[in-house]
Amino acid sequence: MADQPRTAPARPGTSAAAPGRIPTSLTQGTGSATTKGGIGESTLRPDGILKVTGEFAYSSDLWHEDMLWGYTLRSTVAHARILSIDTGEALATSGVYAVLTYDDLPTEVKNYGLEIRDTPVLAHGKVRHHGEPVALVAADHPETARRAAAKIRVEYEELPVVTDEASATAPDAILVHEGRDDHHSGHVPHPNVVHRQPIVRGDADAAAARADVVVRGDYVFGMQDQAFLGPESGLAVPAEDGGVDLYVATQWLHSDLRQIAPVLGLPESKVRMTLSGVGGAFGGREDLSMQIHGCLLALRTGKPVKIVYNRFESFFGHVHRHPARLRYEHGATRDGKLTHVRCRIVLDGGAYASASPAVVGNAASLSIGPYVVDDVDIEALALYTNNPPCGAMRGFGAVQACFAYEAQMDKVAAELDLDPVEFRQRNAMEQGTIMPTGQPVDSPAPVAELLRRVKAMPLPPEQQWRTTEGADVRALPGGLSNTTHGEGVVRGVGYAVGIKNVGFSEGFDDYSTARVRIEVINGEPVATVHTAMAEVGQGGVTVHAQIARSELGVTQVTIQPADTRVGSAGSTSASRQTYMTGGAVKNTCEAVREKVLDLGRRRFGTYHPAWATAELLLEGGRVVTDGGEALADIADVLGDESVDLELEFRHRPTQAFDLRTGQGNGHVQYSFAAHRAVVEVDTELGLVKVVELACAQDVGKALNPLSVVGQIQGGTTQGLGVAVMEEIVVDPKTAKVRNPSFTDYLIPTILDTPTIPVDVLELADEHAPYGLRGVGEAPTLSSTPAVLAAIRQATGLELNRTPVRPEHLTGA
Amino acid sequence: MRVTMTVNGRPQEADDVWEGESLLYVLRERMGLPGSKNACEQGECGSCTVRLDGVPVCSCLVAAGQAQDREVTTVEGLSGEDGELCTVQQAFVDAGAVQCGFCTPGLLVAADELLERNPEPTDGDIREALSGNLCRCTGYEKILDAVRLAAARTGQAV
Repeated sequence: MADQPRTAPARPGTSAAAPGRIPTSLTQGTGSATTKGGIGESTLRPDGILKVTGEFAYSSDLWHEDMLWGYTLRSTVAHARILSIDTGEALATSGVYAVLTYDDLPTEVKNYGLEIRDTPVLAHGKVRHHGEPVALVAADHPETARRAAAKIRVEYEELPVVTDEASATAPDAILVHEGRDDHHSGHVPHPNVVHRQPIVRGDADAAAARADVVVRGDYVFGMQDQAFLGPESGLAVPAEDGGVDLYVATQWLHSDLRQIAPVLGLPESKVRMTLSGVGGAFGGREDLSMQIHGCLLALRTGKPVKIVYNRFESFFGHVHRHPARLRYEHGATRDGKLTHVRCRIVLDGGAYASASPAVVGNAASLSIGPYVVDDVDIEALALYTNNPPCGAMRGFGAVQACFAYEAQMDKVAAELDLDPVEFRQRNAMEQGTIMPTGQPVDSPAPVAELLRRVKAMPLPPEQQWRTTEGADVRALPGGLSNTTHGEGVVRGVGYAVGIKNVGFSEGFDDYSTARVRIEVINGEPVATVHTAMAEVGQGGVTVHAQIARSELGVTQVTIQPADTRVGSAGSTSASRQTYMTGGAVKNTCEAVREKVLDLGRRRFGTYHPAWATAELLLEGGRVVTDGGEALADIADVLGDESVDLELEFRHRPTQAFDLRTGQGNGHVQYSFAAHRAVVEVDTELGLVKVVELACAQDVGKALNPLSVVGQIQGGTTQGLGVAVMEEIVVDPKTAKVRNPSFTDYLIPTILDTPTIPVDVLELADEHAPYGLRGVGEAPTLSSTPAVLAAIRQATGLELNRTPVRPEHLTGA
Repeated sequence: MRVTMTVNGRPQEADDVWEGESLLYVLRERMGLPGSKNACEQGECGSCTVRLDGVPVCSCLVAAGQAQDREVTTVEGLSGEDGELCTVQQAFVDAGAVQCGFCTPGLLVAADELLERNPEPTDGDIREALSGNLCRCTGYEKILDAVRLAAARTGQAV
């Protein structure tokens, strides 16, 4: 029949037994005789060539003979009782192999969640947000699966929605989760509050009495989407032992595994996970998407099942950045010193908890920014509402706070008639400063220096759009829409700086595991590194190879695909992976090196006294003394033997924040970045052109300078996006998402993005491997408020919300 | 239906193609060429960019039947017969223009076409030519570096 889609035939060249296009190991030499390829060099990505030839196997590229396509039916309303689900017509569709609902879940475990297991695998009796999964279909063609899902009849009885603090915490508010009994439910002021964290230190009232100026502001931060380009996808293959092999794009394999296995009723050993190529993440893959759904369909049908979201579904398939309402009060004395800060941060967590509790902890503890303030009164909380669930996104609670406290810093500076950079520098934290939580900052905190550096960069010339013929509209607000040739265009410059924690905080047992082997292949020592680290684009695989070369003196390094056959690496989140899994690789390499040296001492120790007395290193394929004398080739030391170790690595332990006072040594490390934004605003049409976005950041130690700059520029651009264009718009009456597409949710193009000069500072943190500092998130914080500050300077408007839209600039 | 086209210089055919299938789907799922990417499937992101008779198009917006008897070039067709990277591919690797890499195939096809018709593009030209290709990781600076590098290397080679 012509309009009945049929499945694709077997791909030429793929075997029937094994899935096609699964990840392979990456082997990389140094690429050049003159470089060592170790840490501190800008070595190239070991997966770079696969990625430019189109051969790199992303999770949406997976393929298996006889595979089915899975599809998820999602709720069309935000809050409703499900009266009935009729799957009969869908099941009768030719080409359909299975239709699953809540009633088909195989065990008593029917929910999952990162911290609180409140998220149904498939809706049961009720849906709590627009786009919640209700049913699953497996069919032999993706279009057949979609059409069959459209034939599932779901009868909803709509319920009132709660969408903001007022509606969610009203005395008679409908409860998003009735009968909560999670570990936060006992201390929250209302069942529709996921978690609340106050921080009280000093005496804000007494300090306020000393203030010469007091500035207050209310701020609104819109809902941002991670908008990673590789859609949620994966392939689940049923195994002969009753288990399942899952190939998937995620940020943390072992966290997924812990949530998946109980729902399937399988021991974790029978759910074997392998990381497929990941097309970006930015926090949006911390929560599960298709993992359990794909496995359920595969186990039900006995066939491999691939699920690939399209962009529309992706907007419903992952959590977003929490939108926030923030109220701040800053006081300062006439000589430009902050007296106190009071603030209240209300985050909208949406229908399920996801990472909300941890986001609250970050927002509270980082709420005053990188400044010295001894007297604070802080409150942060996250709501349960019927809006889309929100959770992790790059910057994780620190982003929303930075937008507000930096706007406040500009306002206070203006009240005091001080230069905004000078005012920030007078109050900048430094090593030894006490955080609002009572925790001392025990490594370099070059806040004033970063501001100095970013201010010292040369400003871009005025009117760069001017050409001999007139104007290059591509460099003007409105761009190729050709809306101005410079008329009404005003320039502004703004500054901002931020502080982000690195690693998992608040007492979490944060560790990573690395397995390292060294052996002789074709006469040459070769290292193999195996971790479960999710390479999501950040370049972890690049630095792992660099670390192995530096520590083991080899040139050839093989990076094994990440999977659950090795211990957990923790999440590719919180700017932590180079610190944590990089640290784990370093730590294991050091232990491997000791074993190699022991072997050498046993074999060759009698030939040279230095084996017993000198500090020994592995360099250039040889065992050398710290004086540079070569004692033996590593290949001769090893012979036919190999050394193979798997070890865990932990950062310093942290403490929970006190639930009443917020006191506690909750964080491991901080990361700082400062931005200067230069914008040009068409004040008649309200259009903004960001001309330049300069950044200075301390990275402790740049293990790969090229990648570090790439991270800073990418993070800066995501901050630019939420300053002037990016926002998921949710209808306040229906709680339905209005713009789930790249047509209506705009992320910066290459024409929207300015030049991004970067100044990298390297002040070592003595507690961290190589002194490094996590890099990825800090640039996302200060970018947004710097752009807003520049627009305020250009327009004189207050602008208390982000993103800024044209109507905010024209008053239309 | 059966669809026949020339892909990267080689004749390809696919049977049982449903009329609603895009060129992107047929390349990825029926011809074993998943290099072209599926980031939005709505013509906004450029990750599926291929050349159809030389012209860059979003293959997600082209029905497979529209490619009947036509020439298609995908990212898999950019490198040489011996696997040697083309100038733009090598420049993307060298300049650090690749992070997650999901936008990379579409950007490579677009940048290669730009340099073919404009071997010495200004920054404005590069930005305009690549403005239909979204990247979420890099902030585009290294992509600009890569295209400038490829242009410089091409100039030197002449």
